[in-house]
Amino acid sequence: MPAAGTNIWRREGPEKLCGTARYIDDYTFPGCLFGVTYRSSIARGLIKKIVFDPKFSWDEFTVVTAKDIPGVNRVVLIENDQPLLADVKITHPLEPIVLVAHSQRHKAYEALSHIRAEFMEQPPVLTIEESLALKETLYSMDNAFKKLLIERGSVESAMAQADFVVEGEYRVPHQEQAYIENNGIAAYFEKDGSLVVMGSMQCPYYVHKALKAVFKLSDHRIRVIQTTTGGGFGGKEDYPSMIAGHAGLLALKSGRPVKIIYDRHEDMAATTKRHPAIVRHKTGVAKDGRLLAQDIEVIMDGGAYATLSPVVLSRGALHATGPYECPNVRVRSVCMITNTPPNGAFRGFGAPQTLFAAELHMEKIASVIGMDSVELRRKNVFKLGAVTATGQILRESVGAREVLERTLKRSRYAQKRKEYSRWNKNKRHSTWRGMGIALVHHGAGFTGSGEVYLASRAGVSLTQEGTVKVLTASTEIGQGTNTIFAQIVSHALDLPQTMVEIEMPDTSLVPDSGPTVASRTCMVVGGLIERAALEMKEAVVRAAGEFPRTKKGLARAAAKILNGAPFRAFIVQYKKPDEIEWNDHAYSGDAYGVFSYGCVAVDLEVDRATYEVRLRRLTTVQDIGRAINSKLAEGQMIGGITQALGYALWENPVYQNGFMQNSQLTNYIIPTAMDTPPMDVEIVEKPYSHGPWGAKGVGELPMDIPGPAVAAAIGHATGLWMTELPILPEKICRKINAN
Amino acid sequence: MRIKLTINKKKRVYEGAPFKRLIDVLRENYELTGTKEGCGEGECGACTVLVDGDPVNSCLIPVAQMNGRRIETVESLGTPKSLHRLQESFLREGGAQCGICTPGMLMSAWAWISRGGSARPSEIRRALAGNLCRCTGYQHIVNSVIKIIKERKRESRTK
Repeated sequence: MPAAGTNIWRREGPEKLCGTARYIDDYTFPGCLFGVTYRSSIARGLIKKIVFDPKFSWDEFTVVTAKDIPGVNRVVLIENDQPLLADVKITHPLEPIVLVAHSQRHKAYEALSHIRAEFMEQPPVLTIEESLALKETLYSMDNAFKKLLIERGSVESAMAQADFVVEGEYRVPHQEQAYIENNGIAAYFEKDGSLVVMGSMQCPYYVHKALKAVFKLSDHRIRVIQTTTGGGFGGKEDYPSMIAGHAGLLALKSGRPVKIIYDRHEDMAATTKRHPAIVRHKTGVAKDGRLLAQDIEVIMDGGAYATLSPVVLSRGALHATGPYECPNVRVRSVCMITNTPPNGAFRGFGAPQTLFAAELHMEKIASVIGMDSVELRRKNVFKLGAVTATGQILRESVGAREVLERTLKRSRYAQKRKEYSRWNKNKRHSTWRGMGIALVHHGAGFTGSGEVYLASRAGVSLTQEGTVKVLTASTEIGQGTNTIFAQIVSHALDLPQTMVEIEMPDTSLVPDSGPTVASRTCMVVGGLIERAALEMKEAVVRAAGEFPRTKKGLARAAAKILNGAPFRAFIVQYKKPDEIEWNDHAYSGDAYGVFSYGCVAVDLEVDRATYEVRLRRLTTVQDIGRAINSKLAEGQMIGGITQALGYALWENPVYQNGFMQNSQLTNYIIPTAMDTPPMDVEIVEKPYSHGPWGAKGVGELPMDIPGPAVAAAIGHATGLWMTELPILPEKICRKINAN
Repeated sequence: MRIKLTINKKKRVYEGAPFKRLIDVLRENYELTGTKEGCGEGECGACTVLVDGDPVNSCLIPVAQMNGRRIETVESLGTPKSLHRLQESFLREGGAQCGICTPGMLMSAWAWISRGGSARPSEIRRALAGNLCRCTGYQHIVNSVIKIIKERKRESRTK
């Protein structure tokens, strides 16, 4: 029975549903201490001294400062510029300075009020504008963490010949990942001096690498185990390395296990967010709607340290054109430093920012040249054989036009536009109604040569008992990794999926299959385990004459190839498909192996008295290649869209002096079941030859689409041109009053 | 202070700090870690339990208020080997992803279902509006609840 393409149930579902799945805060360790973090109360300056209240009895507590770090005081990632604990310099609000642990949680928190750091304050740079204006020079000569240029053809000469030149500026804010399980890590040292870290995370091997530098330990002396993780969305890509370092330092000094679990306020205020961005478009268009030149400027706010910013910027720049072919393109992009907590990974990773601009700008172009925006999209949309801004030829699996047409049809877009235009003319109605559409692409896997550098390894093993195990460090964070991996392997081996087990993401048991990010888990890592499974099959068939389909049979076959060993692992490494070529210096070539495509139509109404936006219905069609499990894929699509609806309408992080002011779920508003509209979902399957069973990525794509569709629908409803997210009622009110 | 309470049909006597939060009493004193903490301020609903059948945020309740009360947590439903029908419906419909909001979501949903709540999506959405989920976008959760309500209606008709 084919396992891929069926909606088998979530593998770890029963435990999650019964409350027996163990998240990090559900573990107890004998003698465990609870760790807390003392953080900076200024955005920028120098630490003069740290005063520990002499009247407080500190001997019950374990206290750690930067001086206690045995190795490098850095969170090792890309640029390695972020300290684990601030020593002298403070670069952002809530930067960790001191760690305290006690056996009782409340006592540990109490101790924080008996620590006082004295600072010499320096003027902070708090916004993109201040950073660009070099109010203070904080990084290099120009405050830029990273600059990237993409060029195709000649923008200047094409712009000069265009019938229309359309310009626009678009802005997007921070966004909080708001996983419902806060960050948490536990650490302890074994008797032999090796360090064990367990916790909520996306990338066990990132944590592993970071800890090696901090503790000066060799590979095998550090073991990182992912526990059941209550959501990540990028927010648990890099920050767990920081917390793991902290917990490890407290464990080292106290000689006891230490658990650090952030509360909601700390998690929201101190950890990473989506990068805010300003995106400017200048587009040359022919009378018939053909795009002749796209001149795009992308400016992102990286926060105080580089962390993942260079790669976020890259993905943002690579998606900045939208899914359209244009012979002359220039994308100038830069990520600036500011004295705010570092921004990091969040589902979409730069693309939702630039695609919001690209898609809303299509609406603007359409209105300027007097063409229907759907026609404009049809005219320019990626087709098979199209060439992207980086010169990538789209050789296969291009469902852009199809998802557009299917969405239009399913949502009755054209009829509803007409109907609502009539509705809006009637002054007796208490609402304005609007329909908006957006079409995007999203590249799956690491950008450019990223996958080559990662050189991920993953595999399967066969045990003496006849068990097949999947060996990857890719984490289940809610998206369905366990389930689809079991499906991919059981499909390749033609085994019932119940005969395939998933090994724990424990660095002592599984190879480094790379981080669980970038919509790469199914397509890239899934591809590796499919290959490994086929290698295993071949080896078994060679030894046993056939591949048995029962556990007993497999055990007998295993005996023939194990030579007495308890198991044999078949590990394969990522191999770049021959036709993929990327030039890092010129920033040209095949930016991604393949793109997924998605379209959303939003049907909404705006209250004429309160300007509240209510979502009536949402239609989405997405080309994600072959769906291994369409129920889980739909879950990704609906869930990602819901996060993006929050981004579009409600999620509004407010900053003052670099501090997030609304770091609670009470005042940072994520969508509830009532806010979220019924969704009509269709999957279009354009198989990808290098994906397992033809699958492409689905994780991030849905996050890219709704923002511009919502803005377009509000434009249709109210006639207002809203170019900045989130589109809050007060913004609509101000705009209406200004008009 | 001695507090007598019933948790998942078991009579318990709690002795300790009267202002300890119910969630901590459940998790620490009785090792019922199925109840999760997401925000600690009654906003996310991950810690929802039933008190005398009403869904409440256990992070907002001091245990002192629980004397003589009947508390049900997710552990009162099913076990992985023998799922409660609502849990099975969530599994079939894709109502759980990361799972951290799931126990609280199930308790709110079960309160709605067991009181004879309607199968209308908009009403179910209102009943679950106190439970935040960041993964699913709610649709599969709503569908899981609808399925059970409809099943129960069919059964009561055939009885």
